[in-house]
Amino acid sequence: MVPLSYYMILSAIVFVTGVVGVLIRRNIIMLLLSIELMLNATNINFVAFSYYLDNIAGQVFVFFALTVAAAEVAVGLAIIIALYRVKATMNVEELNLMKW
Amino acid sequence: MKYALIPLLPFAAFLIIGLFGHWIRERAHWIAVPAVAGSFLLSLSTFNDIANGEPIRVTLYSWITSGAFDVNIGFYIDRLTVTMLLLVTIVSGLVHVYTIGYMHGEPGYARFFAYIALFTFSMLMLVMADNFLQLYVFWEAVGLCSYLLIGHWYDRKSACDAATKAFVVNRVGDFGFGLGIMLIFVTFGSLQYDQVFGHAALAEGLTINVLKPLGGEWLVGTLTVICLLLFTGAVGKSAQVPLHVWLPDAMEGPTPISALIHAATMVTAGVFMVARLSPLYNLAPAALDVVAVTGGATAVFAATIALTQNDIKRVVAYSTVSQLGYMMMACGLGAYTAGMYHLLTHGAFKALLFLGCGSVIIALHHEQDMRRMGGLKNKLPVTYWTMVIGSLALAGIPGFSGFFSKEEILAGAWAAGPLGKTLTVVGLVTAFMTAFYSFRLVFVAFWGESRVDPHHADHIHEPSWTMTMPLIILAILSIFAGYFGIPHFIEPVLQGPAGHDGTTAHDGPLLLKLVAIAMGIGGIVAAWVVYVKSPGLPDRLAEKWRQAYDYSFHKWYVDELYDRTIVKPTVDLANGLWRKVDVAVIDAMVNGVAAATVRWGRAMRLVQSGQVQHYALAMALGAVVILGMYLLFIP
Repeated sequence: MVPLSYYMILSAIVFVTGVVGVLIRRNIIMLLLSIELMLNATNINFVAFSYYLDNIAGQVFVFFALTVAAAEVAVGLAIIIALYRVKATMNVEELNLMKW
Repeated sequence: MKYALIPLLPFAAFLIIGLFGHWIRERAHWIAVPAVAGSFLLSLSTFNDIANGEPIRVTLYSWITSGAFDVNIGFYIDRLTVTMLLLVTIVSGLVHVYTIGYMHGEPGYARFFAYIALFTFSMLMLVMADNFLQLYVFWEAVGLCSYLLIGHWYDRKSACDAATKAFVVNRVGDFGFGLGIMLIFVTFGSLQYDQVFGHAALAEGLTINVLKPLGGEWLVGTLTVICLLLFTGAVGKSAQVPLHVWLPDAMEGPTPISALIHAATMVTAGVFMVARLSPLYNLAPAALDVVAVTGGATAVFAATIALTQNDIKRVVAYSTVSQLGYMMMACGLGAYTAGMYHLLTHGAFKALLFLGCGSVIIALHHEQDMRRMGGLKNKLPVTYWTMVIGSLALAGIPGFSGFFSKEEILAGAWAAGPLGKTLTVVGLVTAFMTAFYSFRLVFVAFWGESRVDPHHADHIHEPSWTMTMPLIILAILSIFAGYFGIPHFIEPVLQGPAGHDGTTAHDGPLLLKLVAIAMGIGGIVAAWVVYVKSPGLPDRLAEKWRQAYDYSFHKWYVDELYDRTIVKPTVDLANGLWRKVDVAVIDAMVNGVAAATVRWGRAMRLVQSGQVQHYALAMALGAVVILGMYLLFIP
């Protein structure tokens, strides 16, 4: 049986990958994907704990998280398309209107 | 309800004209005059009720109730109140009618009517008050109205200054008045007249250490302190020395308002107050002496100034100050009846004199300097004859109303001990001067050669009937007001202090009477000799007694003295505080805080780079820091 810590290490690696992706990637689509990575890292944690603690609530959370993530991606992509129509760019560094 | 309507009618007129004056304009008198006339008719009916019955107490509603502090809006109407009601409504009504002619075509026509209606309302509420707070509130309201009306021509600097002066000088007195009322509440626990008067005797033994704040000890009777503080208010309102300076300057207002201020409302409030509170004053003989001496001093002081003034309205104004001194003197000597009697007769003839001056001024196109009048006798016969009647009444010539009231005062004063005897002499001297300057006015303005500006000299004519009718009615009142037995009517409610028989002495010694008459006639004859018989004599006299003349002409330099000692230091101090404290400290602090905020904001906004990733990094680092702290410090 795989120990719990393995799952947690995997989850941490995926989460950090997501964080670093959000921080360093320029393409806004990649930013969105990285956010999804972070969400799924938490999902891994939920499922692992659910299995080890023998509690079904964790898996229920995952379904909710997945649903919310799907909705979020839909909204996010819509915003990106709208943004692209205005600015004709995918580069987040050029999307800097919200400043002084 | 009938009693409430007496003040409320003018108040309603004020509201209507005040709110809709823009549309009412030249029709304002159709609202104000009937309102005051209605008040007059109701006052007459009230007079009838009082004359045949008991004093009336009405409580309209409870105004303030807070613990032991309980104040009503209510009326206390007795014989004293009702005579004041009649005086106020008659004079005010006639002034309203007169205003129609005087203010015709003026831009502020409706505004003027609104304010005189408010003035009338305030004065009526003041005299009908049944407690000290109501008295105080309307005491202030009367001051406010006088401010508004003196400054009616607000685009003239002199009028604004005069209005401010009147207001500020009155405030000085009213400060003491307010303190007095507070002390009454502290001492008696109530502000109702009947409660305070009922318990006044119990407070007789109480004393206050007036030097406590300075660490000394000087015990003064509480009632004496109360009465003196209240009297400060009367000094301001009734223009007694040393707060008389506002009244002559109040001449800057339109003439009808001068008549109203000087005869019926405002200045009479102080004398009325002393008479109304006679139960308190009677228990404070020291305060009464102060009242008497102040009154006597004012009477003779103002009379000396009136002798040399050239502005026709100023002569009459100083004469008012002088006559108010007379009334105060009578009240201070315990002869309240005589004081109030003189107040009423004076109300009639002083209103007459002022309105007469107004009609002269209008006829001469706003000329007020007597040196540019003269010879108006034939051109303004109605004004001339009514003014002569007013002056005869003022001079105390037998047969006219002023004679009776002046006699009453002198008789009362003569009967009131050594101080009274001294003040009687002062009163006689004043009577001589009064006769002199009032006939100086008549002779210089109406007799002799015309010195009128030739531009206007040809078309001098009597003003319209709205202006002459009040003059005639007031002239009739000035003659006959002495025959109504007013003193007998008000005497029962005005008891003199114990031991004084001033109130009861209606008849002085015959010699005193003869001397008083001689003073009046002597004054007139002297004026005739100086101003009619030998022209040029006034100048020679002025030259001979140069210094005395200068003192009188410059009003004893009181204004200059106040300017140097009070006004200028205050203005300098205010200027200094403005520049050194307000601008340099307070404004600097406020502006400094604002500037610091701006500078900080400017520095901090650089954080807002607009790069989403910067924000995300900051968030991630923040999360790491918080998590790290959590792991490190929480076991």
